[in-house]
Amino acid sequence: MAKRPRLRGAALLGTVPFFAYVAIFLIIPTLVVVIGAFASDDGGFTLSNVRSLGDAYIVEAFGRSIALSAMSALIGAALGAVLAYALVTARPDGILRRVVTSAAGVLAQFGGVTLAFAFLATIGLSGFLTLWLSDHGIDLYGNGVWLFELPGLTLVYTYFQIPLMVIVFLPALDGIRPQWREAAESLGSSTWQYWTRVAGPLLAPAFLGSALLLFANAFSAYATAAALVSQGSPIVPLQIRGALTSEVVLGQANLGKAMALGMVIVVAVVMTLYALLQKRTAKWLG
Amino acid sequence: MAGLAAKRARKQRAFRWTVLIVLGTFFLLPLAAMVEFSTRNSETWPLLVDWPQLSATYPDLANGIVSSLGQAALTSLLMLVLLVPTAIWVRLRLPKLRPLVEFLCLLPLTIPAIVLVVGLAPVYAWVNYLIGGSSLTLVFAYTILVLPYAYRAIDAGLSAIDVKTLAEAARSLGSGWMTVIWRVVLPNIRSAVLSAAFLTVALVLGEFTIASLLHRTNLQVAIDYLGKSSATMSVAVSLAALLLAFVLLIVLSLFGDRRTTAKEKS
Repeated sequence: MAKRPRLRGAALLGTVPFFAYVAIFLIIPTLVVVIGAFASDDGGFTLSNVRSLGDAYIVEAFGRSIALSAMSALIGAALGAVLAYALVTARPDGILRRVVTSAAGVLAQFGGVTLAFAFLATIGLSGFLTLWLSDHGIDLYGNGVWLFELPGLTLVYTYFQIPLMVIVFLPALDGIRPQWREAAESLGSSTWQYWTRVAGPLLAPAFLGSALLLFANAFSAYATAAALVSQGSPIVPLQIRGALTSEVVLGQANLGKAMALGMVIVVAVVMTLYALLQKRTAKWLG
Repeated sequence: MAGLAAKRARKQRAFRWTVLIVLGTFFLLPLAAMVEFSTRNSETWPLLVDWPQLSATYPDLANGIVSSLGQAALTSLLMLVLLVPTAIWVRLRLPKLRPLVEFLCLLPLTIPAIVLVVGLAPVYAWVNYLIGGSSLTLVFAYTILVLPYAYRAIDAGLSAIDVKTLAEAARSLGSGWMTVIWRVVLPNIRSAVLSAAFLTVALVLGEFTIASLLHRTNLQVAIDYLGKSSATMSVAVSLAALLLAFVLLIVLSLFGDRRTTAKEKS
């Protein structure tokens, strides 16, 4: 019996490499951001970095980031839900459903530089669709080149948001039992009543939760925007790039960390709401 | 009633195909455009498969490709060495630590890469100082990035087998802990380990944020750089990289399918 505590200590040794590694490359970087956001250039405590988050250009960047994430999440959630429903009406073990879910799994991961170039090849100034449309008398950019601004980014982001929605929303749709519809119909409900009174409320937490996940996904995305937008820094991740790569203004060396902290807080709030809604979904449709 | 059901089935089929055709066009159009765009210059694709010629014409690109392959291989290796023994060990000996390990492994999901890179910059100042600025040092950061995906794959594999009984059987036959992990548990979670490695490779080949902001090179950084000088070539390389990732992930999903159907049958 006396051996036990010693053994447990020895057992703990086995996890040292993992914890040491995570401490150096995950915990320390996180602390650097959190502490750095409140540190002045000479290392003392200051609130000036956090106060600088109130500067007009940073507030605008956060506003644009949130608008971009919200728009792409809403469009992605709506279209993704429609696509997921279309899949549910197909045979559950059919080839169509398997192919589309596999493709969604792949496309949800598709982001970054390659996605930006895919859209440049499509609707860039000399892109395939741009040229084809202008041959037919339609000027895609008659009102200015919107591809490198928020509308363009929203369109490009939808490309990975829709597949992600299909993946996260499909299980909830599968939880809807056909018997419920039969029960509603045998009580005399119309299709409209079934969707607004039965299926809609049941799916609402899942839909909202998935939309939040999509929001966090777009909010954290950097590579696609970085490859697409080379002039100016409309959104927060690009502002952080600016803070990291350009010559820092005196007294603002830690501004990038404050912005990073702001991003973490937004993502944390969104993900907490997501987890809460996820619990409700599991209870209702599990 | 039967007429109603048939009518609904017909309606649903029409709805299904309308949705699939509209969204299918949206998803296939950029891919088709990449094919069209990258074949505008007939020399692009032959050059891409001619490695000596390619590395002579675009040394940065060749450098990026080699770096990415090295990073993918080393990240898979480091991830497996770090995660597999720890996951097995915690399950067997320290079940109380499991929530903590799981929390740490999933933590990178809530920290955007752009935020992580801000915090990694000072850590990498030390890495530079201690082992130099090679682009292979990115492996340290990438192992953190892939932790959530790899952990979930390996954890699912471990949940599917009775680790404790296997380990006790091996121990009672006199094997040491290393033998238990290496020769008893590991062969039983082979497919989980393989899918973790596949996911790692796919993620590393697509990584851009950390590499570009820590001033190192990889495939994505090279493509981005190439886009500034040769649009056709950069689209061709993008398409090739994309096809490679598609193949990897589709093989992975088929693999996952086979595993679940095998489980259902048994």
